[in-house]
Amino acid sequence: MATTGIEAPGRAQIGAKTLRTDAWWIAPLLTFLALTAFVVYSAWRVFSGKYYFYEPYISVYYSPCLTTSCVPGSEFAGSPISWWKMSPALLVAWIPLAFRFTCYYYRKAYFRSFWLSPPACAVAEPHSKYTGERRLPLILNNAHRYAFYLGLVLNVILTWDAILAFRNHNGEWGHMGLGTVFLTVNAACLWLYSLSCHSCRNAVGGRITHFSKHPVRYQMWTLISKLNSRHMMWAWISLCTVVVADFYVYLLASGKLTDLTFF
Amino acid sequence: MGYTAKFKVWRGDDTGGGIEDFSVDVNEGEVVLDIIHRLQATQAPDLAVRWNCKAGKCGSCSAEVNGKPRLMCMTRMSTFTEDETITVTPMRTFPVIRDLVTDVSYNYEKARMVPAFAPPADLAPGDYRMAQVDVERSQEFRKCIECFMCNNVCHAVRDHEENKTTFSGPRFLMRIAELDMHPLDTVDRREVAVEDHGVGYCNITKCCTEVCPEHIKITDNAIIPLKERIADKKYDPIFSIASLFKRNKEGRQSAPDTPKATK
Amino acid sequence: MSEIERHSFDVVVIGAGGAGLRAAIEARMQGKRVAIVCKSLFGKAHTVMAEGGIAAAMGNVNSHDNWQVHFRDTMRGGKFLNSWRMAELHAKEAPTRVWELETYGALFDRTPDGKISQRNFGGHEYPRLAHVGDRSGLELIRTLQQKIVSLQQEDYRETGDYEAKIKIFAEVTITRLLTVDGRAAGAFGYYRETGNFVTFEAPAVVLATGGIGKTFKVTSGSWEYTGDGHALAMRAGATTLNMEFIQFHPTGMVWPPSVKGILVTESVRGDGGVLTNSEGTRFMFNYIPDVFKDKYATTPEEADRWYTDPDNNRRPPELLPRDEVARAINSEVKAGRGTPHGGVYLDVSSRLPAEVIKKKLPSMWHQFKELADVDITKEAMEVGPTCHYVMGGVEVDPDTQQTLLPGLFAAGEVSGGLHGSNRLGGNSLSDLLVFGRRAGLGAAEYVEALPVRPAVDDAMLADAEAEALAPFSNVGDENPYTIHADLQNTMNDLVGIIRTESEMVDALARLQEFKVRVKNSSVKGGRAFNPGWHLALDLKNMLLVAEAVAKASLDRQESRGGHTRDDYPKMSDEWRKINIICRYDGEGAVIEHQPMQPMRPDLLELFDVEELKKYLTAEELPTHDAGSDH
Repeated sequence: MATTGIEAPGRAQIGAKTLRTDAWWIAPLLTFLALTAFVVYSAWRVFSGKYYFYEPYISVYYSPCLTTSCVPGSEFAGSPISWWKMSPALLVAWIPLAFRFTCYYYRKAYFRSFWLSPPACAVAEPHSKYTGERRLPLILNNAHRYAFYLGLVLNVILTWDAILAFRNHNGEWGHMGLGTVFLTVNAACLWLYSLSCHSCRNAVGGRITHFSKHPVRYQMWTLISKLNSRHMMWAWISLCTVVVADFYVYLLASGKLTDLTFF
Repeated sequence: MGYTAKFKVWRGDDTGGGIEDFSVDVNEGEVVLDIIHRLQATQAPDLAVRWNCKAGKCGSCSAEVNGKPRLMCMTRMSTFTEDETITVTPMRTFPVIRDLVTDVSYNYEKARMVPAFAPPADLAPGDYRMAQVDVERSQEFRKCIECFMCNNVCHAVRDHEENKTTFSGPRFLMRIAELDMHPLDTVDRREVAVEDHGVGYCNITKCCTEVCPEHIKITDNAIIPLKERIADKKYDPIFSIASLFKRNKEGRQSAPDTPKATK
Repeated sequence: MSEIERHSFDVVVIGAGGAGLRAAIEARMQGKRVAIVCKSLFGKAHTVMAEGGIAAAMGNVNSHDNWQVHFRDTMRGGKFLNSWRMAELHAKEAPTRVWELETYGALFDRTPDGKISQRNFGGHEYPRLAHVGDRSGLELIRTLQQKIVSLQQEDYRETGDYEAKIKIFAEVTITRLLTVDGRAAGAFGYYRETGNFVTFEAPAVVLATGGIGKTFKVTSGSWEYTGDGHALAMRAGATTLNMEFIQFHPTGMVWPPSVKGILVTESVRGDGGVLTNSEGTRFMFNYIPDVFKDKYATTPEEADRWYTDPDNNRRPPELLPRDEVARAINSEVKAGRGTPHGGVYLDVSSRLPAEVIKKKLPSMWHQFKELADVDITKEAMEVGPTCHYVMGGVEVDPDTQQTLLPGLFAAGEVSGGLHGSNRLGGNSLSDLLVFGRRAGLGAAEYVEALPVRPAVDDAMLADAEAEALAPFSNVGDENPYTIHADLQNTMNDLVGIIRTESEMVDALARLQEFKVRVKNSSVKGGRAFNPGWHLALDLKNMLLVAEAVAKASLDRQESRGGHTRDDYPKMSDEWRKINIICRYDGEGAVIEHQPMQPMRPDLLELFDVEELKKYLTAEELPTHDAGSDH
């Protein structure tokens, strides 16, 4: 143990890394397991390059599909990119990854559960040095707003995907299947997660000092602030809806399931 | 009603010490501070403890109860079972003076490094006009009772003594945010927040918010908005370019020659 | 004698609450070098407990308000025993002092047009209290603390040293004031952390040590309220004034023990809360005094109608003045109709829906929930009178706050005069600001005019050191904690809210015993942060203050404001003309009478003659026709 931190000279010599008697390790452990599972699943899906489209549903990881290798029907804006030879998801999936990685909630989650910095409040962290987010690469977390802006663009596209999911397998309107539900709910949850973002809160009004001079932005800020207090909840819910929506498309596209249609 | 509780209290000073066992009477309705006082009156007259108002309003009796930062006057004995051993230790981030009393001068030194409130020079006393909606954000931060438990729990200094010279802890980042949101303040403290107070050390792990006895949303309402406002200025080229075309927002001046750490 | 740390300053301020900090700011602005000595950490003073607000006739909410109205309210509240000059200065200067706080960065709640909002409070004719929710005291102390930091930053920019002009000595207790040739010369004390001694040499000393609550068992005051300033001043040759007047707030928490004494705000009763005894009787109807018979409801039905229709019904008797309610609760408990924990029930749960309670009384809901685990929307609170404030205090010159000892100044609760026999809510915080500033100014001007500075000699310090160390060498096994508990019980039971001659005589006899016991109390452990030792030293102050209170109370044969005599239940015009002065004769407190100065005619004119007749003797009444333009 280094002689810094709680062992530093002058501090009360207590010894134990923590005297907490509650199960403080459960939360970071669950977070670790859940996020690891998500990362493993996402990596598998993103790198696989297949089973991402089943008319009219497209996987969230692959939308917009921009390369000429996109499966027929899944192309976006004519799929202009021909030089990209790897999975088309890789061109897009880095955006939500960046958004979530720089998100003020996920930073808490991974700093606590992966980096153990700290694993829980008043539990000593194992590192002998800590410099925070002051240098590369973590200083890039300050660019969260750009990931947010790009994420909004994606949200628009995913919303369009959800609308298109009201067409049937043959491209005729007036359809609704279980996939439609998943895509719609997922798009809605992604909006709620994105709009409840701290950068969004700053942009709509937080950066103003005199709310009284900007009543409309104050109203918007008040609304976003309410959403923002549930940011962690939306972070987790939207994470789950992404997986569910994608996995459903996978099951359909790989022929393991047929779409449950309502009309 | 009454029972005999097992207490462990850290006793010692900066040269060393250890946890001592006590058996002490507990009556209905008491808080941990009452028990510490009973120890003083009956078993350990020289047991050092700081306290004042005994109503959670002055922030003097900060300590760690079963490893968690707590105000002793606000920790009811009824939250423990009768057979539970209750461990009371001094705050572990600050140098210990004796028993439960620590040297919190770090906090007062950091307080002195925050450039003071600077109203417009030509505004006469009595002529101040501020809208309620414009003062509410700063008012939340002014609920702070300076128990310093947020600075105690923050791993950036708790686990890294060397960061004390460069990092001021949540309490004073919140103070900067408070002044930044003050409707009549004229100074821009964002550079100071980065350079002198180390806002970049904060990795949003939110322990400060978890321990705040005043339930101030330190991270969500103070530190993150401050980080976002700093991003507006330092990390956001769009805002930087935009600001070239308009006057310095709300006429704020840069902070006066800012005092540096004295340590 | 060991080597004692010495510091030299122009002004030493003892106490870092509102008054002390405002005094220090003023002395520094006058160019003086100032030391602030506080028993606690900087910013923890008892001022943080104030909830209501700062009374100042700014007229932001009702433009009819002005200093004359505030002055009249203050004099009425104090039943005309106030120092009228202080009441005048207070009413005139309070608004400026509040506006000044905004320039220091204070953020008060606002009116719709952006001014400082003001709230109604008992005894104030118009909405007058500048406030921040229910944490006005915290705002005041933090603002002053931050102003001091900003002055230190200025000094730093000028000299490279933050502490060039203002230095804070936190957790230092002063045990003795130093005097040379009948003038203040400094102060002697110890660092609580180390037990090491420290001497402050200074020609001017400002006392701002607050109150005496800890001499009573049930109090809203903290451990610091040991009457240090009162005792230090008396021992140094200054005097105290009207120490018998102590405000007991009728509703303090009585259960659980950890929070006994903590205030339950008056608004609970204002919003519909009722007081009942253990038999379930709403007893306040039995305690309406004759003078109030026509203003208060006589049946619960009428009282309940008042909340919605105050114009056609009389007020519920729960809203009688503080002293009346406190006495009523006291009588019920004494008659055996109290709660198991020695109070009465204050209930809103059966009166208002839970949501309304939480909305109207958020701080009370939290206070009971977090401190007592009582949900006031579901069950009744247990309340009883609690020692809240001492109106009496060190006798000072109204304009400069100088005591009878040249060079010694006093401001805030430790000083006496402004509030007369009873203080209005909100007048305390304004008192701190107005007279804190005046004390700082007075001290600075005194230092300016002083030709030669008094020199402290070593013998003086050796003596002070020996006195402070005595508890370590005492033989005997008295425990200071036990003596303290006995003292608190004695004062609570015998010199408490209702007083009679026999009980006070008994109390005085016991106080003599305590003095002997203190001499036999020994302290264990070392000098570093030893609470047992600290208490032993504080006890001496509490004993002297207790004696002053008991003697003055025994002497004053009338009931007025915060002094209620069972054996002299009426207010007396003759006693109003008398200030009871206390001085220290080397053994204990001795009292003497001092005539009250007649009020200046222009101030007297602010009142109706009819009203003056209630308080003044016939020969004091103005002969001319008093002005009626109010």
